[in-house]
Amino acid sequence: MHNSSCTVKETARKILESGQAERLLGWEQDSSGYNHAPAVFKSAGELDRFIYDRFCGSNLSKLLARLREAEGRTAVLLKACDRESFNLLVREHRIDPEQVHRVDIECSGMVDIEKLRNKGIKGIREITESGDELHISTLYGEKRCRSEEVLLEKCLSCPAVSSADAFDAVGQMEERSSLERYEFWKEALSTCIRCNACRNSCPVCTCEQCIFDNPRSGTAGKASADFFEDQHFHLVRVFHAAGRCTDCGECTRVCPQGIPLYLLNRKVIKDINELYGELSLEDKELGKGALTSFSFQDAHPDIIRKRTGDQ
Amino acid sequence: MQRIGVFVCWCGSNIAAAVDIETVVQAMKSEPGVVYSTDYQYMCSEAGQGKLKDAVKEHGLTGIVICACSPRMHEATFRNAAKAAGVNPYMVEIANIREQCSWIHRDRAEATAKAVVLSRTAVAKVNLNTPLTPGTSDVVKRALVIGGGIAGLQSALDIAEAGYQVDIVEKQPTIGGKMAQLDKTFPTLDCAACILTPKMVDAAQHENIRIYTYSEVEQVSGFVGNFSVRIRGKARSVKADICSGCGLCMEKCPSKKAKDEFNMGLNNRRAIYIPFAQAIPNVPVIDREQCIKFKTGKCGLCARVCPADAVDFEQQDSIIEERYGAVVLATGFHTLSLEHYDEYQYARQPDVITSLELERIMNAAGPTGGKLLRPSNGKAPKSVVFVQCVGSRDTTGCGKTYCSKICCMYTAKHAMLIREKYPEVDVSVFYIDVRTPGKNFDEFYRRAVEDYGVRYIKGMVGKVVPEKGRLLVRGSDLLDDSQVALEADLVVLASAVEADASAKGLATLLTASIDTNNFYTEAHPKLKPVESPTAGVYLSGVCQGPKDIPETVAQASAAAVKVVGLLSKDKLLSNPCIARADELLCSGCSNCEHVCPYGAVSYIEQELRIHGRNQIRRIAKVNEAICQGCGACTVVCTSGAMDLRGFSNSQIMAEVDALCR
Ligand SMILES: Cc1cc2nc3c(=O)[nH]c(=O)nc-3n(C[C@H](O)[C@H](O)[C@H](O)COP(=O)(O)OP(=O)(O)OC[C@H]3O[C@@H](n4cnc5c(N)ncnc54)[C@H](O)[C@@H]3O)c2cc1C
Ligand code: SF4
Ligand code: SF4
Ligand code: SF4
Ligand code: SF4
Repeated sequence: MHNSSCTVKETARKILESGQAERLLGWEQDSSGYNHAPAVFKSAGELDRFIYDRFCGSNLSKLLARLREAEGRTAVLLKACDRESFNLLVREHRIDPEQVHRVDIECSGMVDIEKLRNKGIKGIREITESGDELHISTLYGEKRCRSEEVLLEKCLSCPAVSSADAFDAVGQMEERSSLERYEFWKEALSTCIRCNACRNSCPVCTCEQCIFDNPRSGTAGKASADFFEDQHFHLVRVFHAAGRCTDCGECTRVCPQGIPLYLLNRKVIKDINELYGELSLEDKELGKGALTSFSFQDAHPDIIRKRTGDQ
Repeated sequence: MQRIGVFVCWCGSNIAAAVDIETVVQAMKSEPGVVYSTDYQYMCSEAGQGKLKDAVKEHGLTGIVICACSPRMHEATFRNAAKAAGVNPYMVEIANIREQCSWIHRDRAEATAKAVVLSRTAVAKVNLNTPLTPGTSDVVKRALVIGGGIAGLQSALDIAEAGYQVDIVEKQPTIGGKMAQLDKTFPTLDCAACILTPKMVDAAQHENIRIYTYSEVEQVSGFVGNFSVRIRGKARSVKADICSGCGLCMEKCPSKKAKDEFNMGLNNRRAIYIPFAQAIPNVPVIDREQCIKFKTGKCGLCARVCPADAVDFEQQDSIIEERYGAVVLATGFHTLSLEHYDEYQYARQPDVITSLELERIMNAAGPTGGKLLRPSNGKAPKSVVFVQCVGSRDTTGCGKTYCSKICCMYTAKHAMLIREKYPEVDVSVFYIDVRTPGKNFDEFYRRAVEDYGVRYIKGMVGKVVPEKGRLLVRGSDLLDDSQVALEADLVVLASAVEADASAKGLATLLTASIDTNNFYTEAHPKLKPVESPTAGVYLSGVCQGPKDIPETVAQASAAAVKVVGLLSKDKLLSNPCIARADELLCSGCSNCEHVCPYGAVSYIEQELRIHGRNQIRRIAKVNEAICQGCGACTVVCTSGAMDLRGFSNSQIMAEVDALCR
């Protein structure tokens, strides 16, 4: 495990210098200071641009699928939340683990710039931390805040960072009536602009050709024309991700409209956990997903009738 | 463009009474691709089929839509007729305007409108149909029977006698099932063991039968003619091949507190035991939960006294992998647990027993040596009260809504046997109705009333109350319109028959279906009563529904005939509606492979030219000989790469569009 920003960079340098990998997937310093993008580093010399700080939320594992054709090994830095996605991609043969030099790195939670902004903190130059407090130096002077107040949604229930229950919000949602839920989603999804950022960042969505891009699929649709289209896109994606989504939180992090997509995915994860036992992608032996395997312990399909009270 | 002919069937008045046929015929004339639309009274008749053949010639039809009954009834008929007329059988589609329309709608306008929609949906599909040709697959000449009760034994014996290999898998340490626990059997009152044990021995000695006791089916893949099955033989902890069955181990075992399941828990057995004297195989099994050696590491007395050195505490489960052409389900039943029936005091009063417990008490090899004694104090009862329909025909939600069918007869049997052997004992029976249809059955019941003086009271029991060491049975006499209270020393409850708990899981494993009561469903309730809807899976005995021994045996033999019919074929025509992956869309994710119940999907590395560049990709390949066209893979394939011939994504979309138009 590598914690501080410097040691992560040091590790990256060693890997590239020693030739353990041809290239390294990491994050590149962004001019704004809080929007570091994934980048490929081919030599130690290029690491000047490298950064690992509180703004490296993006999940690098999906990019490995795009580098499949590249010659030689690729090193990748994996935060806790990215590791399960990595396992999924291995399970689904989207990446060849032999071709990857995997480096697990430590993370104490990534910062959500929107939450900082909402606190009136602007013009950020640098963030340092002491204990659970962040010290933010801005153009307008030093600011402080408790780190848990500004973490990304996905970090709030990350066992490495917090002890909150990921399914609390789903539980609350379940208590609402179906009409209330419908209204909630109608409003939330109506703001979707179909930028496809959620799909493009999703480690599940590595299909050679997505049905939404395939004119022959009969379901291709690009515009956020009406509520049906919004629902159609998101519900299809939730079902495509069912049993595969690892709750890496990327969809929610990248959505420019702040739609709480994680609620949909977590509802499915919660149901699967309850009905088929907890999802574990580490279990290579099993290989199969909860929805693509059968065991006598599985819930019988009639559970659906029982749960909905629809006898 | 297809040239489609539409044929709307009246089915006598079955369809014509509710659907305006002419409207449907006319509406189809303007559907895309339709060049001919007509109707006939009975399309399935020779004349109806002749009409179809003539129209093919006259109008050069390439596709056919029959608007009639369920495809389950006549799809094959019309496919054959099309074939005879020179049209590929898979260019025929059925619009079900009977079961899904005329039979369920009263309003003529509504039914007609729906018939039009269903018919145009079928037309929309046929427009995208392509000719398909079936292949063939081999038949493995061996059958698997799951359950070794009288049903499983009879099926196995008949199949073996016809010259085919059969394996019986029985989860208990011995074959025999419930019948082995019975004392005498209605309607002839011959002893159950005397007629069952010869069959058990026949099965054990038959050269074509292998018996796996203490074993369960763990995994099934494959399809009709070629099932691959994994069987787990639980460790007996006794080496069956060298044990002589002398029983010394059982005599010496100091763990004596386990409930004897065979005697319905009325007495105790040792940790190492053989369920009953005629058990097959005659080899003990160690109940590891009760065995002191397994619990504490000490003891091992049985191993020390065994002259054959057969006890093996280290024995592991064994795994058998075998292929079968056919599977017979014969998993039988249980009687409903009465723990929650507080009104009868079953859980609290030892003298309130079930009928199966009474069978054991009456049996010479049972816990009382065949003497009718009260479990509470070992004394002879002076009065016995029977309660029928406990948990059967129950609409309160605690029990089963169905009639268990056998209780009226066995209760009459019990009442008569008691009166015969102990004429001084008073016997009364509470009943809702006495249902005794069957050869010599009603005579049997009347004998109980008329010759043996059993008092039959029409009414249910409200409560059983312990009183001064006896039981007061309070109930109503509906014929007399009065309340009755009978003093009893023994109360016998005829608890409902329920499907074995394993039925549900097995049904999923075999894709056989079960009804809401967990009894396996037959492919057709009248015309295919011993077939399950899954090809190659047959039903035998109570697992399909409550029945007595004569009926069980008849059904078991019927199932065997079906199996023999299947195994006598060398090849089966396979279904051409199979899956295929589009290599340009497939991302090689393996999800289809995981979900395929038949193991039909494997992967190849294929070089593809994509955007002007060569790429090696992992692509799903469906083995056409193995794929059964279930479609599971197409559902799990997110990108829609996997598609099913005959039910392609585009065909289904076209149908949905036609429905919603
Ligand atoms: C109290 C009572 C009295 C009766 N008296 C009479 C009578 O006098 N005359 C008469 O005609 N009928 C009588 N019957 C009915 C008779 O018992 C049944 O008709 C008969 O036993 C049905 O046989 P079967 O093989 O279908 O089921 P079962 O006898 O239940 O046999 C099923 C077998 O399958 C095994 N099994 C279950 N699940 C699995 C699995 N997953 N894997 C492997 N093995 C499995 C079970 O262990 C069992 O050995 C009586 C029934 C009761 C309850
Ligand atoms: S939305 Fe579905 S089809 Fe599209 S990329 Fe994601 S999983 Fe594949
Ligand atoms: S990222 Fe947000 S706005 Fe963009 S498509 Fe997804 S939900 Fe819609
Ligand atoms: S599920 Fe679809 S994409 Fe995945 S391997 Fe199968 S055919 Fe290919
Ligand atoms: S349709 Fe698909 S899942 Fe079904 S048997 Fe064929 S390959 Fe397997």
